[in-house]
Amino acid sequence: MQKIIKIIILFIFLFVIGIFYISLTRDTNYNTSSLINKETPEFKIISFDDSNYFTRDDIKKNDYTLINFWASWCAPCRVEHPILMKLSQTKNLVILGINFKDKEPQAKTFLSELGNPYDLLAKDKNGKHSVKFGIYGIPESILINKELMIIQKFVGPLTVDDYNNIIKIVK
Amino acid sequence: MLSNLGNILLFLNVILSLSIIYNANRNLKVSGGIEKNIFQLSLIQSTSIIICFFVLVAAFIVSDFSLITVYQNSHSLKPLFYKIAGTWGNHEGSLLLWAIILSIFSFLFLIYNKDHPKKFRLLTLIIQNILILGFLFFILFNSNPFSKISPIPSEGLGLNPILQDPALAIHPPLLYVGFVGASIYFSAAIASLITNYSEKSFSLSIKNWVLISWCFQTLGILVGSIWAYYELGWGGFWFWDPVENASLLPWFAMTALFHSLIVFEKRNLFYFWVIILCLITFILSVTGTFLVRSGILNSVHTFASDPTRGIYILIFLSLMIFGSILLLFQKYKKENYDLNRNSKETFILVNNWFMMFYLITVLLGTIYPIFTDALTDNKISVGPPFYNAIIFPVVVIFLLFMALGPKAKWIKNKFENIKIYFFILAGAIGLNLSIIFFFKSYSLLSNFIIISALFLIISSLMDIAKALKRNKLDFARIISHTSFGFLVLFIGLNDIFSLEKDYNIKLGETKKFENYSIQLQNLDLKNYKNYQAVIGKLEIKNINSNQTNILNPEIRIYNKPKTLTYEAAIKTSLIKDYYLTMSNIDRSDYYNIKFQKKPLMAWIWISVIMIVFGVSIRLFNNAKNN
Repeated sequence: MQKIIKIIILFIFLFVIGIFYISLTRDTNYNTSSLINKETPEFKIISFDDSNYFTRDDIKKNDYTLINFWASWCAPCRVEHPILMKLSQTKNLVILGINFKDKEPQAKTFLSELGNPYDLLAKDKNGKHSVKFGIYGIPESILINKELMIIQKFVGPLTVDDYNNIIKIVK
Repeated sequence: MLSNLGNILLFLNVILSLSIIYNANRNLKVSGGIEKNIFQLSLIQSTSIIICFFVLVAAFIVSDFSLITVYQNSHSLKPLFYKIAGTWGNHEGSLLLWAIILSIFSFLFLIYNKDHPKKFRLLTLIIQNILILGFLFFILFNSNPFSKISPIPSEGLGLNPILQDPALAIHPPLLYVGFVGASIYFSAAIASLITNYSEKSFSLSIKNWVLISWCFQTLGILVGSIWAYYELGWGGFWFWDPVENASLLPWFAMTALFHSLIVFEKRNLFYFWVIILCLITFILSVTGTFLVRSGILNSVHTFASDPTRGIYILIFLSLMIFGSILLLFQKYKKENYDLNRNSKETFILVNNWFMMFYLITVLLGTIYPIFTDALTDNKISVGPPFYNAIIFPVVVIFLLFMALGPKAKWIKNKFENIKIYFFILAGAIGLNLSIIFFFKSYSLLSNFIIISALFLIISSLMDIAKALKRNKLDFARIISHTSFGFLVLFIGLNDIFSLEKDYNIKLGETKKFENYSIQLQNLDLKNYKNYQAVIGKLEIKNINSNQTNILNPEIRIYNKPKTLTYEAAIKTSLIKDYYLTMSNIDRSDYYNIKFQKKPLMAWIWISVIMIVFGVSIRLFNNAKNN
């Protein structure tokens, strides 16, 4: 009897540790790679100046679109900003910025201080639209082609490597 | 330069730990006392890790952005106090703090337990140093606070402004002393198992350490709650956030532990149960750390996550768990509990059952979402309704036992004067009815909770009168139990009589509700060193008593990183708090204000401080008697 109890106790702990390990390695919280090679979800998101809406049709027009989720309160967004500025000079690539859960005046100050890399600018005041793109935190960016296919997803600030990568794809 | 110095000191500590283990192991095999050089090494170890920590503090003070940790968590414009607090406000720095506490406790345990067997002391030291090594390797190879960044940035990224708060500066160190302090009785428990040191005197070697870590843990949780209340602007003080739960889990185990230690010391019962509690307290502390630092839980507390960190802590945790389980299985002997139904031992065991019940409830609520996510891909979250529904009804019975337990006698199956408890119960019911009569009625469960809390308070207070007659007063127990009764009572009353109103208001406008009126009288813009603030001036008037209060909630705009925070304005008095937050509404001249009246808030904090005060009396008495 005692032996069975011991085995059960060991098994419970093994089970718990196993689950912890699975959650760690799966890491679905921060990795939405399952979205890659899938079609962009339908969306209708209001432009930053409230003048019109953006939908998938706006993406179909371009060879490649990079959707970048950012906010003025997000420190890593400042870190990646120079890379976005550089990317904005690339042909064949349209950058759609989605201002995430932000206050308008601060978002404007942010862009006037650091420059505006966005060809299109939209806002997602309460973060509801970003959920469709599997956004957990910001900054995150998604590269989409003309066929509305998600080619790559970047979690966290864009790095120089990411820049080179994007340039290679877009060429 | 600071980076090199820090790294050298970390390596020195690795060498010191290794040589303590080596020397202690050699000393085990020879007769005589513990060799002097082991004491010396242990002292040097504590000193050098403290110096290492101060090197990091210095890097924060001089804003040495060549260190990644400083760059990511500080800024040259930050006030000095928060530069210093920034040292432990991040993952790497806080791990260094862990290593300090591990080393200091290791040294103090060695010098303060002279009356215990040499083998037991040396083995405790060895195991504690294995833990220290584990943490040092983690720091050195995965989370090194002295890692360099190049090119050197000219400015840091700043520290999250909601973390710039005095309460939060002391919250982590307090909590770590509690969490990490538990390591010493983990080590002692393992040493006791290996050396078969299971006499009553074993309890003397650890009981003060349990009390010390318990006091710090409780104060740490308290300060965290106070911070959440003042800073987060929700007006609550406990949110059943997974990380809050992580701090509560070892707390339940510690509370159970120091109660069963009383039985072990008096009756030499429950040895293995005490050992199990010692082991799970620290295991739960490390589990909590794993959950917070690995990023598998989402919470306000989650540090920037890095899966390799999680793997390291998980390996460390697995080794601890399986090592201690296997040892325990090997040494476990069935204990015979021949207890009388109404003896003190039984009641303390009942306390332990309750603690285990709370522990399992909170543990399940915390890790269940992880399980469903891993096994079924379902993301769920377990929130306050779950905990409130399971924990609060049980509190009623717990309080009744808590009142009766201390009156029971050791060994004997005898209860004195049972009738008096019916009178106390009648008194508690009467008081509860008068609260309902004078104020307002509330739910059935609240009635039960308030009656049981009053029952505990009255019966504990009556103990004072009785004990004074016999001149045998157990102040420590009476103060902490009575204060616990008050804590539950105040939380209950606070919950029942809180008032909350939400308005959009313009400058000069007045809103009326119940017997209050609120007027937004003025708005002021001020510039501070690292932020700008819009300060509102609102007048709260109690129409019945004509009493007015001015509250000044703020909207702060921090420069680095650019962040908006809402500072609640709180007017605290002994009877009630007024709690007011203000936020701006885009493209309008309206402000949204949230007003809350929260009765007896101050008394909730005071009750917790009194519980800790009671326990520290026990600690001082123990120290005096030894």
